[in-house]
Amino acid sequence: MFEFIRKNKAVAIIGGLALTAIVATPVMAQRDPAYAAARASGAIGEKSDGYLGYVTSPSGAVKAMVEDLNIKRKAAYTRKAQETNSTVEQFAFTSGCNLIMRTAPGEKYQAPDGSWQTRSSSAPMRDARCP
Amino acid sequence: MSHKISQLTDPSGNAIRSIMKNRKTTGLISGVALGLCAVLAGCVQVSAPDKPIVINLNINIKQEVVYRLDGDAKDLINSEAEIF
Repeated sequence: MFEFIRKNKAVAIIGGLALTAIVATPVMAQRDPAYAAARASGAIGEKSDGYLGYVTSPSGAVKAMVEDLNIKRKAAYTRKAQETNSTVEQFAFTSGCNLIMRTAPGEKYQAPDGSWQTRSSSAPMRDARCP
Repeated sequence: MSHKISQLTDPSGNAIRSIMKNRKTTGLISGVALGLCAVLAGCVQVSAPDKPIVINLNINIKQEVVYRLDGDAKDLINSEAEIF
């Protein structure tokens, strides 16, 4: 197997990409279409504290959706914070580091200074404490 | 009553002088102690500020915590992808 990979670097790379796609696809597929659309349009973005924020003044539907997601996120952060002996704020912040890193180009994220930035193909501006 | 002067207030000072003579070294020590007291008093006079000294270690603690929690955060984002 390893010899095969060594001999066929290109095949290995393609294989790796295919694996990434398999892993990444369910993440994308599980997002609600309205949520995905709001993200893609730049109406909402990932804040540095681990929650979603409004980049532009939200419609009622978007506001309800974001509030619902943030409540669910807080519940998840609270559960994981208890499991890991940390605070909700600490776990949410760590998640925020990861969520900003995972934004797709064109999506919005909050920079450490609080400003909204559009994710480019380069690395996002994140808090110095982010791993 | 004047003939009965107290030992300590006797102008001849026999009582006190004898004590001082007998305790020359004690006098020296107490002198040194006094001097030390003066020095120490000088040190003590450097009074603490009114406001408590706050050393903010928030940044260091947080970074350690963030590194520790990173794996768990990634797991959560993957397992509950619908809310992230």
